[in-house]
Amino acid sequence: MPNPSRDLADELQPAAAGTDSRLLLLAEADNVLVARMRIRAGEAILVEGAGVTLAADLPLGHKLARRAITAGDKILKYGAPIGTATEAIAAGTPVHVHNVRSDYTPTYHLMDAAKGGATS
Amino acid sequence: MTMQGWLRSDGRKGIRNTVVVAYLVECAHHVAREIAIPFREHDVHVIGFPGCYPNPYAETMMQRLCTHPNVGAVLLISLGCESFNKYALERLVRDSGRPVKTIVIQATGGTRKSMDEGRAFVAEQRAALDAQPTVAMDPSELIIGTVCGGSDGTSGISGNPAAGRAFDQFVEEGAACIFEETGELIGCEHIMAARAVTPALGEVLEASVAKAARYYATLGYGSFAAGNADGGLTTIEEKSMGAYAKSGASPISGLIKPGDIPPHGGLYLLDVVPDGEVRFGFPNINDNAEIAELIACGSHAVLFVTGRGSVVGSAISPVVKICANPETYRRMADDMDVDAGRIIEGHASLDEVGREIHDLVVDLGRGKRTKSEELAHQEFVLGYKSFEPIGPACLPV
Repeated sequence: MPNPSRDLADELQPAAAGTDSRLLLLAEADNVLVARMRIRAGEAILVEGAGVTLAADLPLGHKLARRAITAGDKILKYGAPIGTATEAIAAGTPVHVHNVRSDYTPTYHLMDAAKGGATS
Repeated sequence: MTMQGWLRSDGRKGIRNTVVVAYLVECAHHVAREIAIPFREHDVHVIGFPGCYPNPYAETMMQRLCTHPNVGAVLLISLGCESFNKYALERLVRDSGRPVKTIVIQATGGTRKSMDEGRAFVAEQRAALDAQPTVAMDPSELIIGTVCGGSDGTSGISGNPAAGRAFDQFVEEGAACIFEETGELIGCEHIMAARAVTPALGEVLEASVAKAARYYATLGYGSFAAGNADGGLTTIEEKSMGAYAKSGASPISGLIKPGDIPPHGGLYLLDVVPDGEVRFGFPNINDNAEIAELIACGSHAVLFVTGRGSVVGSAISPVVKICANPETYRRMADDMDVDAGRIIEGHASLDEVGREIHDLVVDLGRGKRTKSEELAHQEFVLGYKSFEPIGPACLPV
């Protein structure tokens, strides 16, 4: 049974070789990586050996696909499911409210409002 | 590591010796606040219940808070016509051995006279409490609560698991630790239930989360604020996994409800979502509603993990603010007691920060004060709820 308090390495480690050291892999089963600091738009970074260029800033604490994710796949973080992909997500691209839905209650957010669009 | 506490007649010890000024309806709030203002930096705190109509949950909360081990004396402020049972509360506080006085504003002759009379009582009690000797206190005698608020994508990888490791250390030493917000354990119910000391307790834990999920589904919103998504959290399950990390890895000894005091050391889940049909609106309208409930369960101190940057403290018990996000810490260091963002940046381990949190709580019983105490944060909120008493499976041992 996953439990972040017990399972996380005492000293957080960057993802394995071939991945930018600013990205954390929290559990081996995970299909997402977590930014340990902001990574700027336009930067070319390595994710599991493949080069990708970020289209937008990836802020601290936000997630990136570790590998290609198919629509309907569970998103795994801390080795536990945290929602379902609503569309195909390419490796190295952001994983967030635009391409993941909760399996419990819909997420309320203002991220579209901040951009001047409609809220959902 | 010996602490100093104030011994109460029920055998519990407090790490603070606070005078509480409690209003019994919103109409008495201003008078209560005015009485306390001259003493606001001298451990005189305002709490209260705003409702005019009776609510057994709120009366229990006020009873537990007014007889909390961190409280040395109590002043009750009544307008006069509200429904709150001031007689029962005053009797209970008196029976606990604490000095208590009730001022009824309508009988006393209005705002000015009530303020003068109240300030005279508070000054007298403050002086008496300041002369009260302390006794030795052991960390095993502590009850510690934990809450997270303003969570973001960093909370679950630094602040919450570090708080969990501090909890593990306290449980090992024999203290009671309480984690909560069943609405923020949605998605973790099965993995949490597997840690229960009995299968029947496991079923109770799962049922408490299912109840929360139903409650929030009826309301149309989860326990998820817009800022959580800005901070990188995508779903309630993701937020839950991070929040769950606060509980550490000890076995779960029981489930309690607001106002229930853990019978002995161990780890407890506080069920904060009301029982029965959905009534009275949101279960917890903000973080301080949860903090007040943790304190009503006897918490001497509350660990508050934040990513986005909460600034709150609380009446009655010190709030230790653990900042999970290193960027937030640099921006708001004056409000933060612990910089857990060091874990994310690779400057500290989870165990190191866990020990730092543990030692800081012990130091609160040796004269140290938290940042929110120094800034005179004394937030308090209490609303209407309804609960059934806990069943026999909730406290198996």
